[in-house]
Amino acid sequence: MTKSPRSDPLDAVTRDETVCVIPIRVQEDILRARQSSRGAAAAIGFGTVDQTRLATVVSELARNILTYAGTGECRVVSRLTPVERSIVIEMEDSGPGIDDIADAMMPGYSTGGGLGLGLPAVHKLMDHMSVETRPGRTLIQASMARRR
Amino acid sequence: MRVPILRLGRVLLTSLPSDLTDQQVMDLQIDALALIQAGKADGLVIDITAADVVDSYMARMLSETAKMVTIMGGIAVLAGMRPAVALTLVEMGQNMIHMETAFDLEGGVAKVARLVASRGGRHDEVPTV
Repeated sequence: MTKSPRSDPLDAVTRDETVCVIPIRVQEDILRARQSSRGAAAAIGFGTVDQTRLATVVSELARNILTYAGTGECRVVSRLTPVERSIVIEMEDSGPGIDDIADAMMPGYSTGGGLGLGLPAVHKLMDHMSVETRPGRTLIQASMARRR
Repeated sequence: MRVPILRLGRVLLTSLPSDLTDQQVMDLQIDALALIQAGKADGLVIDITAADVVDSYMARMLSETAKMVTIMGGIAVLAGMRPAVALTLVEMGQNMIHMETAFDLEGGVAKVARLVASRGGRHDEVPTV
């Protein structure tokens, strides 16, 4: 289980974290991952719009796993700290990796027959996004945080 | 399971469930185009009231279906988009939806009728000389 680095050592004691893991193997798993992220967001009090943004992001990233890597895993991490509630979406696969991440972030760039709007959309809908990629392992983390 | 398509007069109606797989979207496109090609209808209203997510794939499939219906001589209207979905699509950038839209199913049916009429009527009506 990979965990994101803890930015604030103080909240290590007060942090309340829940992780939901959804394997991505077939199309129906996209729906399952979407429902999980929506449920997790609702559970910590995110509004309808944020729930929709998150579910859309999960949908884009999970489909990318099916298209480019075949299989992978989606983790929905929800965190509560005294000041903040946040959801981190982690998508990991052991596919070929993203050749040129700068290209992949450009709207309209695609190697998979799509419109090339998936990754740029994730970037726009979330507060923070990071991509680690090499042949054999790709990890995309995207997070959304709101004040409590 | 395939998404059912109903016919009301010369308009096809379909309502997308909240959880729709990519395959179901593709099947719906094929089914709708076949009905229009068979001369069963002049237009199609796709109701997405239940859809809580429209991602770039779904947006592309819907827009492409509408374009295909249009070049075949018909009209396709997307109806009932939720505000949160509209907001997300706008934030995603680009113009994600390239098709006629309406607030609800009723508005969608009216829009199909109006656009068909503005093109010179239904194609099953043979003009009298």
